[in-house]
Amino acid sequence: MERRDATADAAEPVIRRQFLPKVALSDLRLAPTIAAVCLAVIVIAALLAPLIAPYDPIAMNPMERLASASLTHPFGTDAYGRDVFSRTLYGARMSLIIGVGAALVAVLVGLPLGLLAGFFRLLDAVLMRVMDGLMAIPSILLAIAVVSLAGSSLWTVLVAITIPEIPRVVRLVRSVVLSAREEPYVEAAIAVGSSLPKIMWRHLMPNTLAPLIVQATYVCASAILTEAILSFLGAGIGTETPSWGNIMSEGRLYFQLKPGLIFWPGLFLSLSILAINILGDTARDVLDPRLGKKRDG
Amino acid sequence: MLGAAPTDFIAARQFFMLAYIARRILASVPVLVVVALFVFLLLRLTPGDPAAILAGDMATPEQLERIRESLGLNEPLASQFLTWIGQLLSGDFGRSLISHTPVLTLIGQRLEPTLSLAIVTMLITLLLSIPMGVVAAWRHGSLTDNAVMAMSVLGFSIPVFVTGYILIQIFAIDLRLFPVQGFKSIGSGVGPFLSRIVLPAFTLATIYIALIARMTRAAMLEVLDEDYVRTARAKGLSERVVLFRHALRNAAVPILTVVGTGFALMISGVVVTESVFNIPGLGRLTVDAILARDYPVIQALILLTSGIYVVINLLIDISYAFMDPRIRY
Amino acid sequence: MGAARNTDAAAAAEGDVLVVENLVVETTGRNPVRIIDDVSLTVAPGETVCLVGESGSGKSVTSLATMGLLPKGALAARSGRILVEGEDVLSARPSRLRQMRATRMSMIFQEPMTALNPVLSVEAQLDEVLSAHGSMNAADRRSRIREILSLVHLPDVERMCGSFPHQLSGGQRQRVMIAMALVLEPKLLIADEPTTALDVTTQKQILKLIAEIQERLGTSVLFITHDMGVVADIADRVYVMRHGKLVESGRIDTILTKPERDYTRDLLTAVPALSPRAARRATSKETVLETSELGMVYGRASLFRKREGTVAAEKVDLRLTRGRTLGIVGESGSGKSTVARCVMRLIDPTSGSIRLRGQEIAGLSRSALRPWRKRIQMIFQDPNRSLNPRLTVGDSITEGPINYGTPKSEARERARQLLQLVGLPADAIDRHPHQFSGGQRQRIAIARALAMEPDVLVADEAVSALDVSVQAQVLDLLDDIQKRLGVALLFITHDLRVAAQICDDVAVMQRGKVVEYGPTAEVLGNPQQAYTRELIEAAPGRHWDFPNFRPMPGAEAPLQNSPGG
Repeated sequence: MERRDATADAAEPVIRRQFLPKVALSDLRLAPTIAAVCLAVIVIAALLAPLIAPYDPIAMNPMERLASASLTHPFGTDAYGRDVFSRTLYGARMSLIIGVGAALVAVLVGLPLGLLAGFFRLLDAVLMRVMDGLMAIPSILLAIAVVSLAGSSLWTVLVAITIPEIPRVVRLVRSVVLSAREEPYVEAAIAVGSSLPKIMWRHLMPNTLAPLIVQATYVCASAILTEAILSFLGAGIGTETPSWGNIMSEGRLYFQLKPGLIFWPGLFLSLSILAINILGDTARDVLDPRLGKKRDG
Repeated sequence: MLGAAPTDFIAARQFFMLAYIARRILASVPVLVVVALFVFLLLRLTPGDPAAILAGDMATPEQLERIRESLGLNEPLASQFLTWIGQLLSGDFGRSLISHTPVLTLIGQRLEPTLSLAIVTMLITLLLSIPMGVVAAWRHGSLTDNAVMAMSVLGFSIPVFVTGYILIQIFAIDLRLFPVQGFKSIGSGVGPFLSRIVLPAFTLATIYIALIARMTRAAMLEVLDEDYVRTARAKGLSERVVLFRHALRNAAVPILTVVGTGFALMISGVVVTESVFNIPGLGRLTVDAILARDYPVIQALILLTSGIYVVINLLIDISYAFMDPRIRY
Repeated sequence: MGAARNTDAAAAAEGDVLVVENLVVETTGRNPVRIIDDVSLTVAPGETVCLVGESGSGKSVTSLATMGLLPKGALAARSGRILVEGEDVLSARPSRLRQMRATRMSMIFQEPMTALNPVLSVEAQLDEVLSAHGSMNAADRRSRIREILSLVHLPDVERMCGSFPHQLSGGQRQRVMIAMALVLEPKLLIADEPTTALDVTTQKQILKLIAEIQERLGTSVLFITHDMGVVADIADRVYVMRHGKLVESGRIDTILTKPERDYTRDLLTAVPALSPRAARRATSKETVLETSELGMVYGRASLFRKREGTVAAEKVDLRLTRGRTLGIVGESGSGKSTVARCVMRLIDPTSGSIRLRGQEIAGLSRSALRPWRKRIQMIFQDPNRSLNPRLTVGDSITEGPINYGTPKSEARERARQLLQLVGLPADAIDRHPHQFSGGQRQRIAIARALAMEPDVLVADEAVSALDVSVQAQVLDLLDDIQKRLGVALLFITHDLRVAAQICDDVAVMQRGKVVEYGPTAEVLGNPQQAYTRELIEAAPGRHWDFPNFRPMPGAEAPLQNSPGG
């Protein structure tokens, strides 16, 4: 269109200002605060697990199999007499390593690929076909295939969980770059003779940061969930390394007898994912109120 | 612009429509090729002997040699790939390492429970999620909106198996409303079928309700901001007409995309739900395959579900053209 | 036409179609901001009333309030009354308000593309107005739709009915909007900048259509606009708004000849006169920029889309000498911006040559082009988007010089000087673009371009997004800079008034071709081509010499619409 709205009227800026979240202490909303506190507690518990845990998480005790919750065993014991509370604490480590690891790797791989795809047409055509193909494979099945081929070590599980997340990051970065490179300020940079790497680094990359942070939280939540599902299905890390998923997997047989074997790790798992998702939503609202929303002035 | 003369108009539109569909079909071929290539390379590039992986731990040297022979592992990669693709196209997805039955036969035997679960889940999801999303967007910022959003975050944060066990505990064990686990074919009566499918379907639906309600809300919020919605209100139309005729129709494309990809990728949820509720479907087949390290089955499941994903996406793309006149060129 | 009446809105007579009394609109939320402050206005039967103001004046909010369409949860009317045919809109229940819309008052909007629903056919969008409000049967509705579509002079009504908005041109879409607004013959039509997004020739047709229908149906029109030219052409009475308050109101001839308030006076004097400037004496013979046979064709046929490439520019020959200003004028799609982007090498021309101080740059590779880039710089249309919001003003201005090896401290020192040159304080250097107004941002963009010490400045609609008073200041600045630095200016604009004021030479483009090219005084003063004449005749308010509060010398019928007295 020839003339951009020459006389955007008073309502425009005012309405926009209203929807811009102000970050003030008094405005702190309840849900994100609780989520942050929950997550902090879980992270600290995971870090300090060796200090807090009353028992060795893998020490079996045939005398106390399937004990009910008590003062000595707050969450009871499992079929091998291992303390479920201690196992749940150590399980948090596994989930957090996988969550943070997957988010980091997905961003570190996805960001450069997305930036390049957004700028080079030929590379874009090839890369996006590959990404489309990867997206077509259900992530759980892909992870199962990788693990069943390469064995279930921490590294293969991490790789298996991260691969399906990468296309999402690449697509996100690429779409941000594609729309940002149409901005006149990018053309202005070309006009003043800035080199391609400089334009990417200085003018395009910063646009991707806010959506990337948001996406990383979702990747983190999703990775934790996938790890739990893999372990639950028996395709995760062996039970000598406790994870919330494999505690629950082992608890399935005794579910009707001792529901706690599933509910306690399930509760922590759900809480962690919920907290991360809420923080992700909050980050999205604060960092970029128009993320995924339409036109901008 | 109205370029074509009136008589050519309809013919031209049909031509563009056909051309559009042909383009979409062609565009999905590379995706299938990439999937096949990926699955192919996954086995070949994994450290270790593919034949040993396929044969399992107990294989004799003769068995290994036979597998090498049949996969053509001694030939160059490119010709291995072509042979393999040829086998896939002729319907040969390999045999199970355990039962030695063709994988496709195994899958066929397990299809009914999974399809039943998927269809009931889809019905529950669509009936609940879209009205929830529309109302939340319409009452943006209200208590209803917040409630829908809160349920939505809960829905996709709580893993399917946790939801499943909670529902079993409440409705099957405590209230004794439903059987705890199992599956009955719809052929054995609607009552027994429904009583066993409701809990797993609802369990699986929670994720999709959450996802689709959220997406519907977002798409509606965006559309409700559009000028033509203001025009519709300026014309004195009722809110119902504004919401459903003007807003929802324009929001349909993103909503349909999420619905489509959601259901195309439902297999992940199905695997877990089936193992929680002990349903003998594809999910159970998958879990058995994992435990037995029966790689050909896993490989076939990947190829099959990816194929379904591509087909569903193709159907969505084509349906865009019917929903949005701008795509009809 | 509108009866002569005194302008005191408070003394609203019974017969007025619209009476707004002491309207106050505020933002909702904890700290309400007053958007409309005590505004009163009236519209008599059959009258055309213009509500004029710059951005942020609250004129659109006033019109939305009248339709009961204030965005929920963002704005709310706090006090006052809005009477449409005697009935208060603000206190009407939602169901009653819906009944009143389209039957008593209707509205048309600025962007006919986005204001029409893209997935419904024209007939469906008209039909729902009739079915929502009346008891007409399907056959009556069908014939009424066809009747109203021919009333707004749409061609081939039958096919128009089955068309979707994206298949229509901008002007056709706005005609459909008008048909939709008037199909139930409401007494009041509110038009919110209905021609701002249209080309001048289309604008002229739409304004004519509104006047014609108004005469036929006796509709009253409340016309919201920022364009004094349009006001001069159509208004019976005028209300001038600023910052949510009414500044002045009165009959059109009074406002144009004897404005009482300074603000109104400033608004009028800022409107550039349509009389072309006399070409300045050439100070230099040196050609800095020359294109010959420049052509740009977009797109090629692909396997499934057998499309002719779109010819955006064809055989464009232009020549610009040092210190002069060459204007390229034309409507949207004329190819004027394509030419600008080609000479900047933001896009690669498909044929022809571009010579910058004698050097051919059309075919240069990215690296070979680099030394030449700094000689030609661009000022973009929208200063909100041409400055990277994340960088400080200083970083934006020094980016270019640093690219070419200037030490950072030196570049910053130069940036400070440039900021002062464009009329900004030197300490602006460490602030971010969002801390400045639109006009100030355009000054920053100019400083950035000048930092490269270019021989040629390309200004692509550089003042089109600015309010008229700001526009005048930026034009003065460009003029001043040119005098001081001797830079040549390639000025792309759709606005003949702006071109007349600033250009020495002007090229008129239509459908990718230059149809007329010569000194501004000749091209605009004595046009040889029919298209140029058409453009000039379509310029709104061309009979009025705004800065001097009088009709253009020699113009006949200065105010066709002026009330009888």
